[in-house]
Amino acid sequence: MLSARDIHKSYASGGAQVSVLRGVSLEVARGEAVALTGESGSGKSTLLHILGCLDAADRGEITLADQRIDGLGEAARAELRRRRIGVVFQSLNLIPSLDVRQNLAFQARLAGRADAAWQADLAERLGLSEHLDRYPEELSGGQQQRVAIGRAIANRPALLLADEPTGNLDEETAERVLDLLLELARETGAAFLMVTHSARHAARMDRQLTLEQGRLA
Amino acid sequence: MTRAGLSALFAHWRRHPLQLAALLLGLALATALWSGVQAINAEARASYDRAAETLGQGALDRLVSDRGLGMAEFTELRRAGYRVTPLVEGRLEVGGRRLSIRGIDPLTAPPGLGTLAIAGDEEALDGLLSEAGLLLVAPETARALSGAEGLPPLRSSANIAQGEAVTDVVTAQRLLGVETLTALVLAPEQPFGLPPLREATEFAYVEGQSGGDLTRLTESFHLNLTAFGLLSFAVGLFIVQSAIGLAFEQRRQTFRTLRALGMPLARLIWLLAGELTGLALVAGTAGIALGYVIAAALLPGVAGTLRGLYGADVSGQLTFDPLWAVSALAIALAGAGLAGAQALWRVARMPLLAPAQPRAWAMASARTLKAQGALAGLLLLTSAGLALFGQGLVLAFACLAALLIGAALALPPLLIAALRALRPLARGPVTEWLLADARQQVPALSLALMALLLALSANIGVGTMVGSFRTTFTGWLDQRLAAELYLTARTPEEAREIRAFAAPQSDAILPIWSVETQIKGQPTQVFGVADHATYRENWPLLSAAPGVWDRLAAGEGLLINEQLWRREGLALGDPIRVTKGLSLPVAGVYSDYGNPAGQLMVGARTLDAAFPGRPRLRFALRLPPEEAPALAREIRDRFGLPAGNLVNQAEVKALSLRVFEQTFLVTGALNALTLGVAGFAILTSLLTLSTLRLPQLAPIWALGVRPQRLGALEVARTLLLAALTWVLAVPVGLALAWVLLAIVNVEAFGWRLPMRLFPADWLWLGLAALGAAALACLWPVIRLTRLPPNRLLRVFANER
Repeated sequence: MLSARDIHKSYASGGAQVSVLRGVSLEVARGEAVALTGESGSGKSTLLHILGCLDAADRGEITLADQRIDGLGEAARAELRRRRIGVVFQSLNLIPSLDVRQNLAFQARLAGRADAAWQADLAERLGLSEHLDRYPEELSGGQQQRVAIGRAIANRPALLLADEPTGNLDEETAERVLDLLLELARETGAAFLMVTHSARHAARMDRQLTLEQGRLA
Repeated sequence: MTRAGLSALFAHWRRHPLQLAALLLGLALATALWSGVQAINAEARASYDRAAETLGQGALDRLVSDRGLGMAEFTELRRAGYRVTPLVEGRLEVGGRRLSIRGIDPLTAPPGLGTLAIAGDEEALDGLLSEAGLLLVAPETARALSGAEGLPPLRSSANIAQGEAVTDVVTAQRLLGVETLTALVLAPEQPFGLPPLREATEFAYVEGQSGGDLTRLTESFHLNLTAFGLLSFAVGLFIVQSAIGLAFEQRRQTFRTLRALGMPLARLIWLLAGELTGLALVAGTAGIALGYVIAAALLPGVAGTLRGLYGADVSGQLTFDPLWAVSALAIALAGAGLAGAQALWRVARMPLLAPAQPRAWAMASARTLKAQGALAGLLLLTSAGLALFGQGLVLAFACLAALLIGAALALPPLLIAALRALRPLARGPVTEWLLADARQQVPALSLALMALLLALSANIGVGTMVGSFRTTFTGWLDQRLAAELYLTARTPEEAREIRAFAAPQSDAILPIWSVETQIKGQPTQVFGVADHATYRENWPLLSAAPGVWDRLAAGEGLLINEQLWRREGLALGDPIRVTKGLSLPVAGVYSDYGNPAGQLMVGARTLDAAFPGRPRLRFALRLPPEEAPALAREIRDRFGLPAGNLVNQAEVKALSLRVFEQTFLVTGALNALTLGVAGFAILTSLLTLSTLRLPQLAPIWALGVRPQRLGALEVARTLLLAALTWVLAVPVGLALAWVLLAIVNVEAFGWRLPMRLFPADWLWLGLAALGAAALACLWPVIRLTRLPPNRLLRVFANER
């Protein structure tokens, strides 16, 4: 489903070029859940951003569902984000001006794939049915994260990416959020890649990859 | 500690130069607009005084004789105890320039006859009384006449209009080559117990012409200018408050740290107040310079108005008054204090352990909005109450203030309600988000939008008032100047001769006879008008009984001017005692814009019968308009009538309209400036918010909306808010116009202007508002579309 070959990325910092990714290659199969771990600054988020078409690699090949996605322009990358990719961040996931119902449906509607029945089902399973008319600021952290998961899944993406989705949550809530992510990713058949610092959470995934200084260990 | 504290506080401005610029510019603009308008008003008023002084003799009663008056008559009347003074007038050709000479007796001339130019100037007085004589002229005239031969020494005086010269009677007679006096001018107050001069001499008694009508009109415009200045200042303060508010919120952590490190709260407050004072002084100084430039740019328009109104050349030069500069600085300090007071209060009340994270400065809670809405409602109700039941000018202005502040406070809740109402119309998720986001941004942009609302309302309000004024004024001129030529003879004999001469060339000669009397204890002028189509067709009445003109002609009714009608609360049919034995019912009410005094109109025959033996010196000539200039020339040449005694209607009308157009130009320029300031307020708000916006925009971008589209959506959002603000500004502007026309004018001047609507102007203004908003959001949007992805990604990055 997702294949990345020899991904390189560097940034200019203080006049010097800093290499963040140095030839990363990985594959994630349909329905597979992969954990991406590593120390702070190892390039996990950068890799996730590149795979999620949020940023472009300097070099390397990326294929998503048999389609080359590296080297695409901003417009094509934006379309991929709308239609094929779901992303859950640690925080600042939701659109503060929209209520829960609108946030849940937002990406699917952007992609022209709104499915009311599926969204209602998702809301029910995410425990959000009671909160559909509330705004993000009126929700707890766990509830907000569940909305973000629902929004990413509502589109039935080919690739589901999560950047420390449980980082701001207490242990119990984090477990529940992870359960939901895994359950929904498997159900929709999405390739699921999650950045995490938690060894326990990483252990619950099908596979675990570790980044060290821009390379997979 | 103070130095360390100051350095920590100033560090913020070094890191946020744009915010500093917004604060300084906002305050400078506010000061500039206010002080500029004040400078114009002061200069214009000083010019009025000069012009009134120069031409003031026309306002005084005078004795004239066709046999000519001499110093013997003057001496005789003075000995009898009358306060009269000799006057010699004439024109002189000097080096191809016409110079109006006015000879006075500096020792007996009453104020208003040119004495201001010599007040306290002993040298000038000595010069006037010396054998060589002295000509007092305006500096401009002195320059033009320098080197001219045959003139006495010249002395400049700022209190004399251009082209005029004031001198001693003897010198004037010598220069003009006459031995007689033009008139004996009467001081306004005569000794008690003497028989009225009107009856005590055989000389013709000519009543002074009150030049007050148009002066009062210009007062109305000064009132507008002042209101505009105040409004511009308020709009500028919105920028300042917005910038100060943001700067204080962003420094909450600094404040907390400073206090945690041992700085007492009082010291912190003093430091902040000192910082604000310093900034206000810098901005105020810049504002003074800018205000001077604005005043200098606008003053020629005002000077043109004065020139037209008084026929006197008034210099369009602005003089720098240190007092004005000091008051402008004081205004800047007061403005900064007003705008910063809330922020200082908040710091003073902030607990030491308050969360360091900036409060959601941009977001207002629903409770705040509700409270704001309630306060707005209360203010609007107060305004309505004052409009309906208030009395007096102060309450009229309080009504205006309550209306504008109430409307501004009501704007955010109304905008949110409007955006909520638009929600069902949204098609697609992006439009839905746009409306929801616009709703959420309202509190953050509310100060700028309030400034825009005030600017737009003022534009609509003042535009409606000026437009109504222009339309009414044109009609008023037609009423008052329906005849082609207006004549005032110097003696009854001359009047007879002119009438005989003009009769064959005129369609009609209409008498304009009037008497001064007391009506209900107020000095009132009673006019006798002929039964002629000129009046029937041109005299639009505010209210009239059936067959009003027939009743007037038959001596069965009278017309009353609006001022007296309003003051006395009269109704049609109410009897008015004109004089002993003559009481007539009110048959109609006419508008009489600008005239502060009461006025009545009765039939000419009625006036004749009630006040027999009045001198009949004034009359109007009806003739084909194209023949008027030739006849005017003939009469002037034949009878040697001074320019002021023969008025050509077309020239006066054209001049008056040109004058008003010039005055409108000033108002228009201020309109544009205020709108510009409001546009700047939007720009500063959008710029300061642009970084705070990123967390709201980044998720949309991450979900696949391109930066270019986001930019377009940002423009759409700003335009939507500006358009909605404009929609709300229209009723507020109309309410403002109504208060100005129906309350302020009535309270200030005693007459009410009919309100006319100019929807095309509103549309143009709407487009201008959208243009200003589009310009204001252009830069922040360009910055947004050029943001590199990593700047947006930083919002999500866990390792920021």
